[in-house]
Amino acid sequence: MQVIKFENVIKSYQFGENELVVLHGISVSIEKGEFVCIMGPSGSGKSTFMNIVGCLDTPSSGKYYLEGIDVSTMDVNQLAEIRNKKIGFVFQQFNLLPRATALENVELPLIYAGVPSKERKQRALHMLEAVGLKERAHHYPRQLSGGQQQRVAIARALVNNPSIIFADEPTGNLDSKSSIEIMEIFKNLNEIQGLTTIIVTHEPNIAAFGKRQIRFLDGRIISDTKS
Amino acid sequence: MIAISSIVNIALRSLIANAMRSFLAILGIIIGVAAVVTMVAIGTGASEKISEQISSIGSNMILILPGSTTQGGIRMGAGTQQTLTMADAEAIAKECSAVSAVAPVISGTAQVVFANQNWSTGVIGTTPDMTLVRDWNVTSGRFLTEQDVRSGTRVAVIGQTIVTQLFGDLDPVGKIIRITKIPFEVVGVLEEKGQSMMGQDQDDIIYVPITTAQRTLFGQVLPGRVKIIYVKANSLEEMSLATEQITALLRQRHKIGQKQEDDFTVRDLTQMLEAAKESTQTMSILLGAIASVSLVVGGIGIMNIMLVSVTERTREIGIRIAVGAKPKDIRMQFLIESVFLTTIGGIIGLVFGIIASLIVSSAMQWPVSISVLSTLIAFGFSAFVGIFFGFYPAYKASLLNPIDALRYE
Repeated sequence: MQVIKFENVIKSYQFGENELVVLHGISVSIEKGEFVCIMGPSGSGKSTFMNIVGCLDTPSSGKYYLEGIDVSTMDVNQLAEIRNKKIGFVFQQFNLLPRATALENVELPLIYAGVPSKERKQRALHMLEAVGLKERAHHYPRQLSGGQQQRVAIARALVNNPSIIFADEPTGNLDSKSSIEIMEIFKNLNEIQGLTTIIVTHEPNIAAFGKRQIRFLDGRIISDTKS
Repeated sequence: MIAISSIVNIALRSLIANAMRSFLAILGIIIGVAAVVTMVAIGTGASEKISEQISSIGSNMILILPGSTTQGGIRMGAGTQQTLTMADAEAIAKECSAVSAVAPVISGTAQVVFANQNWSTGVIGTTPDMTLVRDWNVTSGRFLTEQDVRSGTRVAVIGQTIVTQLFGDLDPVGKIIRITKIPFEVVGVLEEKGQSMMGQDQDDIIYVPITTAQRTLFGQVLPGRVKIIYVKANSLEEMSLATEQITALLRQRHKIGQKQEDDFTVRDLTQMLEAAKESTQTMSILLGAIASVSLVVGGIGIMNIMLVSVTERTREIGIRIAVGAKPKDIRMQFLIESVFLTTIGGIIGLVFGIIASLIVSSAMQWPVSISVLSTLIAFGFSAFVGIFFGFYPAYKASLLNPIDALRYE
């Protein structure tokens, strides 16, 4: 089953008279359960690609089907719903709320999903346990190490049972030991739970965790290899 | 739809996290609401005070003053000519249908002596109707009677100030006082009335029968002449009718021709006070309006803080949007924060306002009048200010692009 299908997706920005084309007609599809690493230098269009795949942005033209549903024409509220229910995000800067505890950060997507408070706490705690941070549930982000913060972020991405998990340079701010730990978590999620995983990275050793590598250059896919 | 309690929880946390800033933001609202509550309380307190004074003078009261004399073309002012008579007073009582009580008056100042105490006061010779005209009752003893007036007995009804000045703790009823050396028996004590609108002590007074006053106290008055006639109309509505009837009757009795001027003046005292009351009400509206301006200024302060807050929390908003917050969820969060701020400010302001009104009213000896309505209005208005001035920042926050917001440093 195709989880993601891009049909000639073009993204361009208008700067006065000049049009800057960031994605030049991307067509690609990703199957359920794949572990894909997106690579490419900065400015290659890989972040724009991720934003569109992650429903944070919409294509200028072309079609994007997420689990067979055409997302390219959805409005902001429908996109919010998709982000909430189908997609889990992990960012380079962790992006945890600094004034909320680890538990509350993990609860966040469930709040917007309208899950009752008690169930929210249960599910969030369960997720923290899964990433090995049950004891740190009531710590604030600043009391956690980088690797621990990223694990909280992974728990938050997973708590609402998404179909896909996106990670944008998830190890970019971590030392090599933590990086490996985090990548092991992604690997396990993919292998044991069959979660479709897409990771943007520019580090070859991180990309090696993936089973498929897609390379971007100047807004085009230049290579797509399975390992 | 996300639960309201969750949004309230989120809003509350971020307010507590910025406690000092939140406090400064609501300071404007506190001052605004306190000002509105206090100003309205002062305004209504003042007009209630005036109403009190109106009823202390006597409701529906009309004064008839004698006219002026003209000596060699020079008019001498009201009261220089003694044109009013006892007979006029009796005629008004008998013939004017809109009049319910009539009390003619002869007055003067006299030295009053009891034991080793003496006091200078106003002595008023009048008839029993005075108690009706001025709505003034005795607390002990009795008022003047028809019998007193008919026989010219030497009896006196005294005000509270006289009691304190001459008798101290003694019961004055039955005691003999000397008014300009002539002995009078005190038969009654009037209840306290307090100050008049002009600041006069209304309790510094002695009532004696008008006939006695004429014969023994103020001998210079022409027999049968009176200084002022107090009249009480049936009701407020019949005040002008009473005035017309009295004018017509007196013109006829005094044989005043068509083109001649009245030799008396009819003055409607209540109307004057009603006008004064109206002007204080206008004043209180004005005060309230000025105070409302400070509430609006406070609201702008809230908007300012909320805008800063939105900018500062751009990244937080980005995270929320990324995990599935809809624009309306973000909007609600900031709107609730601002309404919460102004409501807290409203409550604190209300407390300060009530304290301030209590202080002012006790200093000015006004009745306390913190109306439920004015507090509700001030409170509702502060919540409204929160919505109104919170909407733009909240709307701005909800329009943020998640990609830019997440990149915001």
